[in-house]
Amino acid sequence: MGQSIELLVNGSKRSVNAGPDDFLLEILRDDLGLPGSKFGCGEGECGACTVIVDGAHTKSCILPLSAVEGKAIRTVESLANGETLSPLQDAFVEEDAMQCGYCVSGMLMAATALLEKNKNPSEREIRDHMRGNICRCCAYPRMVKAIQRAAKTMRGEKS
Amino acid sequence: MSAFLSRRALLKRLGGGLLVAVLGPRVLAQRESGRGGQRQGGNVPQNLAAWLHIGADGVATVYTGKVEVGQNARTALSQSVAEELCVSVASVKMVMGDTDLCPFDQGTFGSRTTPAMMPQIRRAAATARETLLELAAKKMGVERSALRAENGKVFRLIGSNGAEFSYAELAREIPPDLVIPSEVKLTPASEWKTMGKPTTKVTGRAIVTGTHGYTVDHKLPGMLYAKVLRPLALKAELVSANTSEAEKLEGVRIVRDGNFLAVAAPTARLADKALITIKSDWKETPQPSNKELVGILRGSEAPATEAMPAAAKQLKASYMCPFIAHVPLEPRAAVADWDGKKMTVYTGTQRPFGVRGEVAQALGIPENQVRVIVPDTGSGYGGKHTGDAAVEAARISKALGKPVKLMWTRNEEFTFAYFRPAGVVDLSAGANADGTLAFWNYTNFNSGGAGLNSPYAVENPRQLFKQADSPLRQGSYRALASTFNHFARETAMDELAVACGMDPLAFRVKNLRNERLLAVLQAAAEKFGWGKTKPAEGRGYGLACGMEKGGYVANVVEVQADKNAGQVRVMRCVTVFECGAVVNPLHCENQVVGSVIQGMGGALFEEIEFENGRITNGWMSRYRVPRYTDVPQQLDTILLDRKDLPSAGAGECAIVAIAPAIGNAIFAATGERLRSLPLRFST
Repeated sequence: MGQSIELLVNGSKRSVNAGPDDFLLEILRDDLGLPGSKFGCGEGECGACTVIVDGAHTKSCILPLSAVEGKAIRTVESLANGETLSPLQDAFVEEDAMQCGYCVSGMLMAATALLEKNKNPSEREIRDHMRGNICRCCAYPRMVKAIQRAAKTMRGEKS
Repeated sequence: MSAFLSRRALLKRLGGGLLVAVLGPRVLAQRESGRGGQRQGGNVPQNLAAWLHIGADGVATVYTGKVEVGQNARTALSQSVAEELCVSVASVKMVMGDTDLCPFDQGTFGSRTTPAMMPQIRRAAATARETLLELAAKKMGVERSALRAENGKVFRLIGSNGAEFSYAELAREIPPDLVIPSEVKLTPASEWKTMGKPTTKVTGRAIVTGTHGYTVDHKLPGMLYAKVLRPLALKAELVSANTSEAEKLEGVRIVRDGNFLAVAAPTARLADKALITIKSDWKETPQPSNKELVGILRGSEAPATEAMPAAAKQLKASYMCPFIAHVPLEPRAAVADWDGKKMTVYTGTQRPFGVRGEVAQALGIPENQVRVIVPDTGSGYGGKHTGDAAVEAARISKALGKPVKLMWTRNEEFTFAYFRPAGVVDLSAGANADGTLAFWNYTNFNSGGAGLNSPYAVENPRQLFKQADSPLRQGSYRALASTFNHFARETAMDELAVACGMDPLAFRVKNLRNERLLAVLQAAAEKFGWGKTKPAEGRGYGLACGMEKGGYVANVVEVQADKNAGQVRVMRCVTVFECGAVVNPLHCENQVVGSVIQGMGGALFEEIEFENGRITNGWMSRYRVPRYTDVPQQLDTILLDRKDLPSAGAGECAIVAIAPAIGNAIFAATGERLRSLPLRFST
């Protein structure tokens, strides 16, 4: 096709054969070898595709590349530090905050964005912030617990 | 390569050298499940080798035709093997849902994994353990009773002289034709060391790092992305299609076979672009809308005009539920690979062997030339019994001779997948002055027979199910018709209680003989504080109970309801659940809580709207499902762990009581009796 766009993904410059109107989710999954972000609806409604762009969590399935040129994109693949899981990832595992797991990548990105801005969110704040992410298995209560647990760890408090 | 040879070749690579049992699967008829019993098909082998293999590294590989769809079967089954084999959960590897490698299985539905598959693989594991002990006993020159197995090793109970054998060493000598006896002693629940524990999901790490491979994550060299041309209306027939613009796009291939027209391209975005260029004409047939649903479901059946039997209090009522969608977050998808002789399909389905038959039939090839592999899947809830995406991907792959990935869009999910059946219940019932039931005449139109039979004591109940000519494709759903039958019954019981001037709890207790159901009901009422407090203004308390697939559930809820504002909020919910001996309390609770919250969707929001063959709300933005903000502030979930009873499944039952509990609470709060799902005030 001849079109080429440069993106900043997980700290690296990546070049893709895609146009400004192509959506970020497909590029991440199919072109950049980052299949952690998932397709759930293509409408920006379910949050399975959630990534972080310049610190704000956003739905990559409806995000055209033109909107992210020059911006720092982070996906679920950026959370772990080598073999070491992030506090949120660890909390989701320990609290078993998942059933089929399909929504978890999106949940982690939305929650990461929250905890980077709010170190001590109330339960109400967590639910409101996470409202854009659907878990059809309805594992919500454990996810709230996991987010609270991670926040505690990140504040340096013991569980 | 036939299924037989490929399995043997794999085992050779594993280094076990065990003979492969010849699996003799039969073709299962393709039909939607959920209408009662499943046809038995296929031979289930009892050779140990078909189920369990211990490798040179000491890892126990177990083969099961069950699949993981989020209900935690993988972890629970691993625990059950670890228990009987006396190894750690980490050293058990489950191979699930691979039709080449796993023994025939009807499908993962009906809450059968725990009561049927788990004992099967426990018997296999126990047989392996005993065989290893016997082998060790021979080598050590002692009685088997002098030895014990622990953590993958066999050693002496007392007076160890250092002699011990690892499973890996001993496994080489397991007779290749060893048969699992039909009677095998299994570890009783009171002695469980691994079962009964809250083990976290064995795939947890893969899931949180985004490295777990769902169907759509599979990539094969030379793979094409495919899209199927869909009609704008259900049941429409393709009259003509102009693909000339699509054919001009470089890399785009077209597959056409009657009504079936698909495009395939090296990228999904190119396939999308190609699809949009196709101009097509379809012949539509007029179809009804959901506004006409009740009449359609009752069919030509005239409402009963016969006089009701005499009773102190009589109730004549009709209840209704719409079609609802499963909305699995992973849309159905398949990656199909035709290599010239064999079709391999990765797909998320609850019936790998059934889908193998569907694919074979669609392609006109024998079943042993089809292999279906089910990766741990992004949920099903009863909605992924059929192989729709698998058949489509397979057809395209065979036509093009290339691997093909096909994923349904969310709109395709809402339109072309089958729904939970809509239903109408006509009821006439009566109560005596003392609160006992006098008569019970109950007819369910279309929704189904699951949960049809009332657990309440009454003489000569008349309980009928009548199939209707459904305007939409329908099939299995979590707990099937039990969701609606419990709504109708538990609402009616509440109405009768009110008519008798009796407390709804006391009225039920008076008419219940089932001890396990009574236990969950009374425990839930106790936890909630039923009868102890009065609700605040604008709030009400409601309860309901039910049983399904060997499980028992009760919900007591507090709702805040405002008829004028048309608002209902569930403020508090108590759930008590019992299913015999709990295999994994963490996952059991997750399934129960998940069922209850998912059930809130069917109770309060969910409804498929349709007109003239179109699903008019078939988008995530138009079909509301429960979100974080819908979860009750206070959620109390109690599992009654009955170690004295056999373990039943826990994936379905807990969804059945929440809708009537909420409906009953709405009545208590507002005096408004709602008999249709979803529960909403008519404005």
